[in-house]
Amino acid sequence: MTPDKSKIAEQFINAIPHCKSLNMKLTNIGAGVAEMMLPYDLRIVGDPETGVIHGGAVSALMDTCCGAAAMSHPASPSGTATIDLRIDYMRAATPGQTIHTRAECYRITRSVAFVRATAVDDDAENPVATATGAFTVEGIK
Amino acid sequence: MMARKRPEPVQVVKQRRDAALSALVHGVPYIQFLGIEFERRGDELTAILPFDEKLIGNPILPAIHGGVTAGFLETTAVIGLAWSVMWDDIETGRIDVEELSLGHMPRLPKTIDFTVDYLRSGLPRDAYARARVNRSGRRYASVHVEAWQDQRAVLFAQATGHFLMPPRDADRDG
Repeated sequence: MTPDKSKIAEQFINAIPHCKSLNMKLTNIGAGVAEMMLPYDLRIVGDPETGVIHGGAVSALMDTCCGAAAMSHPASPSGTATIDLRIDYMRAATPGQTIHTRAECYRITRSVAFVRATAVDDDAENPVATATGAFTVEGIK
Repeated sequence: MMARKRPEPVQVVKQRRDAALSALVHGVPYIQFLGIEFERRGDELTAILPFDEKLIGNPILPAIHGGVTAGFLETTAVIGLAWSVMWDDIETGRIDVEELSLGHMPRLPKTIDFTVDYLRSGLPRDAYARARVNRSGRRYASVHVEAWQDQRAVLFAQATGHFLMPPRDADRDG
């Protein structure tokens, strides 16, 4: 991706209302790969006993990051929507820590983009969650 | 002949069930963040997601964020599953509703995996969902969820998830 195009992608993603409300940020994008982060926030806790973030917030992060990876693929789709997304939760994210995710569009056809992603906290060796998804591809002839 | 126990007054039963559900739902910050509410008919629950600007994922269409849809369905699944397990304990008084409303929540099931099937884009309107517990074992459960907006028969998303059940007191006691 050219610096201009990645700047536009960054502004586009960071302007999504739901992502803004979660303080999600795109940290890196290019050539079918995207990286995003989600800061810890008491408003999105799913288990009040432990303070662990709800899986839904992790889903929103994974879904956005996978969509961004599909959009950034060199085949250059003009738009995308999620067809399906599976998330596996390996462990609870540690309360207080930012969640980082990296998504990779590993195959794209004229109709479908196949994407996988991994989410980690400070302990980057042990993933918090992984995701695999299929996305629609718009605007490739 | 054994005397049948006299049924409790309807208001007492309703009050206890509604208080238990309210404690379960209102104790989770993320559920409040999305603004999800639950309506109860007997043991059947319907989750309601009132539309709000902060739920938008595509400002051009506009459409509800796929992550919101996933979070809404996962919440419906977890609460539906916890509710089905709690039901008997609430009925027999094994769960003290007073304790629940003081924030002493029973442990919730943990999501192992969750797969969302996005059938059409979520419109900027209220959404509804119901969960069906297909299997609920001592350790694992499988739950299916359907979500719709204007028409019950026209789903905009569905999902299947597997959950790890919290240990029950009886298990801990051996």
